[in-house]
Parts: sequence; structure tokens; C-alpha cells
Amino acid sequence: MSAAAVHSLWTTAADPISKIDAPKIEYGQLSPTLIIVGAAILGVLIEAFVPRRSRYHAQVFVSVVALCAAFAVVVALAADGYGTTKAHIAAMGAIAVDGPSLFLQGTILLAGLVGLFTFAERRLDPEAHGNRVDSFAAQAASVPGSDSEKAAVKAGFTTTEVFPLLMFAVAGMLVFPSANDLLTLFIALEVFSLPLYLLCALARRKRLMSQEAAVKYFLLGAFASAFTLFGIALLYGYAGSVSYATIAQVVDGTVTDVDPALANTMGNDALLLIGGAMVLMGLLFKVGAVPFHMWTPDVYQGAPTPVTGFMAAATKVAAFGALLRLLYVVLPGLRWDWRPVMWAVAIVTMLGGAIVAITQTDIKRLLAYSSIAHAGFILAGVIATSRDGVSSVLFYLAAYSFVTIGAFAVVTLVRDAGGEATHLSRWAGLGRRSPLVAAVFAVFLLAFAGIPLTSGFAGKFAVFKAAAEGGAGPLVVIGVISSAIAAFFYIRVIVLMFFSEPRPEGPTVAVPSPLTMATIGIGVAVTVVLGVAPQYFLDLANQAGVFVR
Amino acid sequence: MNAENLIALLIAAPLLGAAVLLVGGRRLDAVGHWVGTLLSAASFVIGVILFADLLGKDAEHRTLTQHLFSWIPVEGFQADVAFRLDQLSMTFVLLITGVGSLIHLYSIGYMEHDERRRRFFGYLNLFLAAMLLLVLADNYLLLYVGWEGVGLASYLLIGFWQHKPSAATAAKKAFLVNRVGDMGLSIAIMLMFTTFGTFAFGPLLGTHAEPGLAGGASEGKLTAIALMLLLAACGKSAQVPLQSWLGDAMEGPTPVSALIHAATMVTAGVYLIVRSAAIFNAAPDAQLVVTVVGAVTLLFGAIVGCAKDDIKKALAGSTMSQIGYMVLAAGLGPIGYVFAIMHLVTHGFFKAGLFLGAGSVMHGMNDEVDMRKYGGLRTYMPVTFITFGLGYLAIIGFPGLSGFFSKDKIIEAAFAKGGTEGWILGGAALLGAAITAYYMTRVMLMTFFGEKRWQPDENGNEPHPHESPRVMTIPMIVLAVGSVFGGAIFGIGDRFLHWLEPVTGHSHGDSPVSALTVTLATVVVLVIGGAIAYAQYGRRPVPAVAPRGSLLTRAARRDLLQDDFNHVVLVRGGEHLTRSLVYVDHTLVDGVVNGTAAGFGGLSGRLRRVQNGFARSYAVSMFGGVALLIAATLLMRAV
Repeated sequence: MSAAAVHSLWTTAADPISKIDAPKIEYGQLSPTLIIVGAAILGVLIEAFVPRRSRYHAQVFVSVVALCAAFAVVVALAADGYGTTKAHIAAMGAIAVDGPSLFLQGTILLAGLVGLFTFAERRLDPEAHGNRVDSFAAQAASVPGSDSEKAAVKAGFTTTEVFPLLMFAVAGMLVFPSANDLLTLFIALEVFSLPLYLLCALARRKRLMSQEAAVKYFLLGAFASAFTLFGIALLYGYAGSVSYATIAQVVDGTVTDVDPALANTMGNDALLLIGGAMVLMGLLFKVGAVPFHMWTPDVYQGAPTPVTGFMAAATKVAAFGALLRLLYVVLPGLRWDWRPVMWAVAIVTMLGGAIVAITQTDIKRLLAYSSIAHAGFILAGVIATSRDGVSSVLFYLAAYSFVTIGAFAVVTLVRDAGGEATHLSRWAGLGRRSPLVAAVFAVFLLAFAGIPLTSGFAGKFAVFKAAAEGGAGPLVVIGVISSAIAAFFYIRVIVLMFFSEPRPEGPTVAVPSPLTMATIGIGVAVTVVLGVAPQYFLDLANQAGVFVR
Repeated sequence: MNAENLIALLIAAPLLGAAVLLVGGRRLDAVGHWVGTLLSAASFVIGVILFADLLGKDAEHRTLTQHLFSWIPVEGFQADVAFRLDQLSMTFVLLITGVGSLIHLYSIGYMEHDERRRRFFGYLNLFLAAMLLLVLADNYLLLYVGWEGVGLASYLLIGFWQHKPSAATAAKKAFLVNRVGDMGLSIAIMLMFTTFGTFAFGPLLGTHAEPGLAGGASEGKLTAIALMLLLAACGKSAQVPLQSWLGDAMEGPTPVSALIHAATMVTAGVYLIVRSAAIFNAAPDAQLVVTVVGAVTLLFGAIVGCAKDDIKKALAGSTMSQIGYMVLAAGLGPIGYVFAIMHLVTHGFFKAGLFLGAGSVMHGMNDEVDMRKYGGLRTYMPVTFITFGLGYLAIIGFPGLSGFFSKDKIIEAAFAKGGTEGWILGGAALLGAAITAYYMTRVMLMTFFGEKRWQPDENGNEPHPHESPRVMTIPMIVLAVGSVFGGAIFGIGDRFLHWLEPVTGHSHGDSPVSALTVTLATVVVLVIGGAIAYAQYGRRPVPAVAPRGSLLTRAARRDLLQDDFNHVVLVRGGEHLTRSLVYVDHTLVDGVVNGTAAGFGGLSGRLRRVQNGFARSYAVSMFGGVALLIAATLLMRAV
């Protein structure tokens, strides 16, 4: 080839390239996610360049500022009408900016913030060799019980990497419910899952159990992801697109022009049904619905308690957000196919969680099964397929997040020589010894049980009402029965705390720093406010209850 | 200032008194009784002003209403605190505040030595406020508040001497029996609301010009409402079958018996029936039941009154009987409404006077109530004797005195009902008049005539009968004057009829016997009843210990076995019922509950074994789950 020819290739090639439009990215509307991702990257840089003794403060500062800033932006966007009138699909169809997105992002950011406080707590564990330590392993890579671990402890190491990991997880969760195509959904799923797998492995005490939990979570999570990804492929085969809107149109039959490359598969309902079920399964795994729930108790128990609290709250929020969008935006045309299946899932989830929880003896496992039962209650609201259904689920998620993080924060306080005393028998008579802590925990338990004047009641009432109006009356009956079963084990803990004799060598209640106090205080405040005066927040959720298509 | 705006003050004055006296504490001990009396009198003065105002208007425009505030403003359920003052409630207001003020005055003397006198006046004021609320309310729900309020005041006052177990028990009994009636009222209100969507008097009862909603419902529903109202009336007015509490209520201080358990509160049932005339008029079956209840009670009370040696219990039987007359009249419909209320007012005067007289006797006799230990008191207590005697003549219906005018009219009206019913009811009323003459003559003779029969008690204290102080005798004199002239003022020229007719309506009915015949018959039976009593108690000395007496006498002494009946049927029955329910609860309900719990526990224990800790098992379950999910989805499509 001659030089001229080569040159002409250069020049002529330049022309079509100049005609490709740059993607239009609405940076302003995506800034909550961008801020958190930025903070996460900054956190990595801090780990690399800031001296060890300053890292903790730098990380906490950056994370808090980022979460607050992101939340402020979410509020500003909502105030600007992006949740209602200006709702639209941004970033070339990848991200939806609408009411549910903003509501859930706000919830996740607040949950992240109060969760972060428990991550940053350094007064509960006794000082190791003069160094204040948190709930996380001194050096994650050291083998449990080995000399290197002892050296790391002696040196006063702490795993400040948990903060950037948390930020990455939050970033993924922010994208997850607002993802508007299947690939974005999948990437968000992985972005928030991987840091959580790691975080689960980082407990300072009972490290083997923690690592076992992380491995199980990772294996099963990867297994579920594989199904999800396969489901995405099948859906692409069916619709010729990964975009929610397009798939929905193909399902409705409004798009009929067949992509020649996919002529054999497009419009094949088997692909749609199987693919849809597989994607659904990935999301049900994340929310912890039966029969995809089995990781929950083991992981909740093994993971460091601050991580458990954050994960239990924020993962559920994000995953239910994505589930709602999938069912309401992508698959509304298939309502008559997925509703009976989801009915079954909701029923076994409510009953399964509640029944198995009865015989639990570990408070963290108990709360894990409780979270499974709650997933079932929320599914009842999802099944309503109405605006009320969406808004009730949004409200429930917000209410539930704070109760959960608060409850797990209380669990971190009750300790003995081996760390947290999570066996239920150790909690006997706690109300005599530490009436305040026991009372606060009782408030959370009552909220879990859905007793009036707590947020749990308002939320449960909202989802059951929506479900009943959506024609799922029998589901509501089963939900109420499950609530009754669940009330048994919640109240049993209260009885145990207040009406049993304290054990002579029972656990002590550690006095936390203002950080954990803030978490618990906010948890109680939100629980009571949403319980006593829920109307404003119900209205807010109702305004946010419309998905952009 | 418009007259309407005064209505609330009628209630506010005694309510203020109650609040001040009950909250004020011991500081007010010295003046409390005067505060209570003055506020009661103030309410009476306001009542008189309003009465003058009403008289100044023409008959059709004598209804004043005052809307104070919206009480329960819920969509579809509107309850207002609003008052209605018409001729009917005006009559009650004057009776309640007038007699009430006199009895307040009397109580100053009667309760002089009681260290809890301030509290007593607080309760009396509370009673006045509640009773006024009851008669002034413009809807049934507010009426219910007053209804419960008088029940509370009655309970507190019957049990005022709570250190006596008998008083405490009597208060409890009155309260419990009244609750049965109260249930009737609340059910009636609920039925009204579900049937008509409202319980306000205006739209419900209407006026003569435009009938209210009450006429529009099916007769079955109206009968149900009317019967429930009757049940309420039976409770409050001590009518059969809810009569058992009134005799025991005499454990309360005598002024209470006079005001609450004779003159005012016990007549609330009559008020309720007359006020609900529009409902009863449209439910003839219920009206028949009302007349039967009235007739049975008037005989029941009269018979009980004949056998009692306790002066207050004899008077209580008489009260029951006289209210029976009123209920009978109210059940007769437009023929009888006016006379029911007229008898209610005259009865309020003479019965309050009689009770105050009885109280005066007890005051002079060291609180002795057994008439067999009285005798010959007329010389010791001349004022009491004369006032009591005038009340006696009034109640037996001595021609020219107040009871004559009102009772005679009721007997006439009963005959005017027509047919067999008319004969039966009229006959019962006439028989009642004879028995009334008998037992009242007996009371009179045993108390004031014959030889003195009192003895020193076991401590050697012999009573020294003496006339009561001025503060007690003045109210008695005023009430005696009312007893003498009240009937003539109301009856001659049908003044009371013209006054009340615009509210209750009136028709003459078709009497098979002439008015003169009835009047003559009434006088004849009165003479016969009195003569028999004179033969038994005037001509012969009264034994200090009651003779064994006939079977009927012994039954009547036990209140015609009312308590035995209640005990056997209700108490025993209730005990059996609760015992069986406890058994069912223990075996069946607890069994189901515990069984369910055990079942879930076992299920839980089995299910948790699935959670074996192996990631591979979890993965299998997930795989199975997704397979099921897909299969189910496909199956749904296939179906």
C-alpha cells in the first residue's frame, strides 16, 4: 500500500468517526452515584498514600462527606421534580431517573451513613496493645490464629479498606434499582456484591466463621449471578435488546420488526419465560426469598455485625428496587404469568422465615430468618402491581432499613470475653441489667413484629392494604398468620430480656462511642416517627411511586 | 342577648359547681354547700328567664336550639354538641332545677353533721348538670352522655355512705342493672344510625308540620329501635324487669332518694319515650309492650309498697308504681303523652315532698327507718306531719290536689285506648289507685298516728323526736304547696295540655266510659283502699314486730322475689355459662392454640435441619428452586 493510500485511509476514516455522536451523559443527574464512586476511588488512594495512623480519620471523613453530599444531591434532584414530572431515562437509556430511583437511592445513602457509623465504631472491642480497634480483622490476609495475625494485632493494624469497600458497595446499590437495561443491572449487581463478599470475611473475632460465611456467600452469589446472566442472554435472544423499554415493547407486541440475526429466537415465548424466571431468581436470591434464602442465616451470623446490619438493610432496598422495576417496567405484559409464581414464592418466604425462626437460638440467625419473613411481606406488596403497591414497598423498605441497622447495632453492644454474645440464652435478664439498651432493642423487635405506633406496623399495613386491593386477599391472610407466628419469637426475646433472671456471669453491655449511639438513636427516632406520624412519608412514597418507562 | 345562648349556661352553672367542689378540696368545706345551692339556684333562675322567653312566643315557635360545637365531625358521622329547648325540655328544666334547688337547700340541714358534705353537694351538682344535659341534648348521642352522667351521679350518691357495705352493694347493684338498660340505649342509637344515618332530633323526629325520617323506616326496624329504647327506659326508670335496683337505692342519703330516685332521674325513661314519640307512634307493637310494662310495674310497685315496713322502701315501691303510671300513659301514644309528663311533674312535687318528710322523720328519730318503731309523731313534728299529709293526699289522688288531676287523666286515657286492651289497662290503673290509697294510708297511719312505739336502742339511747330546722322545713313547705296546687294550675282549663301539645301531639281517643264515671270510680276506689288501711292500722294497734303474714305479703316483703329470680336465673345461669366457657377455653381454645404452637415448633425443628451448613446443599436447593420457578412459569403459560 502506498503512503498516499495509507494517508487517504487515515483521512477518510476520520470522517465517519467525526460523525459518531458523543454519548449524552447527564452528569448532574447521575452525580449521587458519581460522588460515591469518586469517594471510593479516593479511599483506595488514601489506603495507598496516607500514613497508617491517619487513614481511619481520612477514610471516615471522606465517606461521611460523600454520603451526605450524595444524599443532598438526591434531595435536590427530587425537589427539582426529577422524581415526578421531569422523570426520564438518562445516560443513553442505561439509567432511569425517576421517583422510585431517587427514593431508594436516598434510603440507601441514609442506610449507608448510619451503617458507616457502626463500621467506624472503635470503642466496643477492648484495646489491643494500646490501639483502639474496630470490628474488622487486623490484617485480612493473615491466617487466623497464625503468628502473622498476632503480629498484625500487636502492631495495631486495622483494615481501613472497609470504607472504600463500603463505598463501592453503596455505588453499586445506587445503580441497581435505577438500572434501565439488563447489562447495567448485572454490572451494578456485581459492583455491590463483590465488596460485600469481601466485607463478610473481615470479622476480627471468630474469623474462621466469618471467612466461611464469605466463601459461602461468594459461591452461592456467583451461582445466582450465573443464572441471572444466562437469563439476560435468553431475554436478549427473545427481544433483540437488553433495554427494558424495548423488551417491554416486544412483550406487548408493539415492536415487531425482527432483527435478522435473531430471526430464529425473537418472539419465542419460551425464551422470555425462562429468561425472565432466571433474572427473577437472581434478584430473589439477593432479597433472600425462599428457596434462595439459605445463604442468609449463615452469612448474617458469620459476617461482622456492622456489615450484617448494612447488608441486611441496603441490599434488600437495592434488590427490591430492581425487582420492582423488572416486574413493573419490563414484564408488566407477563403479569398473568409471573403473579401466580410470585404468590407461591411470597407465601413460602413468609411462612418459611417465620416458622424456622421459632427454633433459632442465636440472635443474629434469628434476625436473619426474620429478614427472610420480611422479604415475604414486601413481596406481597410487590405482587399488588399497582401504584399503591410500589409506594407501600418503598415505605416498607425505608422503615425496615432503619429498624434493621439499629437492631444489629444493639447486637454489637452486648458482649462478653469472646466478643459479641449472640446466643439468646446470654440475653436473659438483660432488661434488669441494662434497661435502656433492652428497651431500645424491644422497640426494634416490636417494629419487626409490626406492633402499632412503630414503623413496622405502618409499613406492614401499607403493603397488606395494597396487596388486598390488588386482589391478593389470601396472600394477606397468610401474611397476617405469618406475622402472628413471627410475633411469637420477637416477643419471646422481649420476655427473655425483661422477665428472666439475669445470669450470674452474663454478658456486659459495652458503652459505645457517639457513632453507634447515633445509629441506634436515629434508628429509634425513625422507627417511632414513621410509626406515629407516617402520613407525610407515605405521601412521599406515593409521589415517588411511578416508574418512568 | 338571644335567649338561645343561655341554654348552655343552664348546664354550665351546676357543672362549674361540681368541678369547683370536687377539685377544690377541703378549703371549700366551710362554704361548699352554699356554693352548690347557689349555683343550682342560678340554674333555676336562668330556667325561669328562658321560660318567660318561651311564654312570650307563640306556641309553634317555642323551640330554641343552640349549637355549641361539632363534637365528632367525621364524614358520614356527624355529632354535635347542640341543645334543644322546647316545651318538653323546658318542663324538665324547671322541675329539675326547681326541685333540685329545694333539695340542695334541704340537704344543708340534713347533711349538716356529715364531714363529707362538700363532696355530697359536688355530686348533687354533677347530677343536675348531667340531668340537664340529658333533657337538653339535641341528639341521642349527647343524650347518652347525660344518661351515663346521671347513672354515674346516681352510683356515687347511692354509695355515698360507702363505709356501709349495704350502701356499697346497693350502688353496685344499681350501676349493674342500669348497664343493661344503657346497652339498650346504645344499641338503639346504633340502629338509628344504620337505619337513618343520623341520630339528631331535628331530622329524625321532625315536627308536626314535616314528619322526620323516623316514619320512613320499616315497622320491624322501628319496633326494634323502640324496644331498645324501652329497655333503656326500664333500666333508668326501674320498670319491670329492670326494677330491682330502686329499693336498694334507698341506702343513699334521703335527699338523694327524693331528688334522684323519686323526682327526676328515674323519670328519664319517661322522657326518653315521650321524646321519641315519633318512633313509638310508628311502632304500635312496641307501644303495646310499653303499656304492658307500665301496667305490670304500677301493680308490682304498689304491692311491694304495701308490705314494706321501711318507710323509704315503701315510698320507693310507690315511686316505681307511679312511674309505671307514666310509662303506661306514654305507651298509650298521643292520648297519653301529655298526661305522662303532667303526672311526672306533679309526682316530682309530691314524691319529693314525701321523701323529704320521711327524711325529716328519720332526722328526728336517730335515722330509724322502721315504721313499726314510729307512731304518734304528729304531735312531735307538726310541720313534717302537715306537709307529709298534704303530699299523701296528693299522691292518693284526693280530689282537688295535684295527683288527682294527673292520675285521673291517665286512668281515663287508659280506658280511652279502647277495646279489651283499654279495659285491662284501665282496670289495672284503677286497681293501682286503690292499692296506692291503701299503702299510703298505711304509711301515714303507722308514722304519725297511734301510740308511740319507739324503744331505747341497745345503748340505751332513746330517740327524742323533734321538728327539723327551718332550712329543712322550708323546702318541704314549698313542695307541699306545689303538691296541693300544681294539679289545679296545670289541669284546669287544660293549660298543661296546650303548653305541651305542640311537641308531643295529642288526641282524645274514644273512651267507652265517660270522664265523670272514671273520676267517680277513682274516688270510690280511693276511699275503699284508704278504708281498708284504716281498718287494719288505724283501728288496731300496730304490732312492733311484723306478723308473719300471708304468702303474698311475705313475697312482697322480699320485693316479690325479684332478687331470688335474678339470683337463680341470671347469677346462677351466668356462673354456669362462665364455667362452661372457661372449660371450653381451657380445653378447646387453649388446645387449639397450644396445638398450633407445638405444631409450628415441630415444623420449625424439622425445617431447620435443612439448613445444614453445606454450600453444596444450598446450591442444590437454589437449583431446585429455579427449576421450579421456570417450570411453574411455563406451566402458567400452558394453562
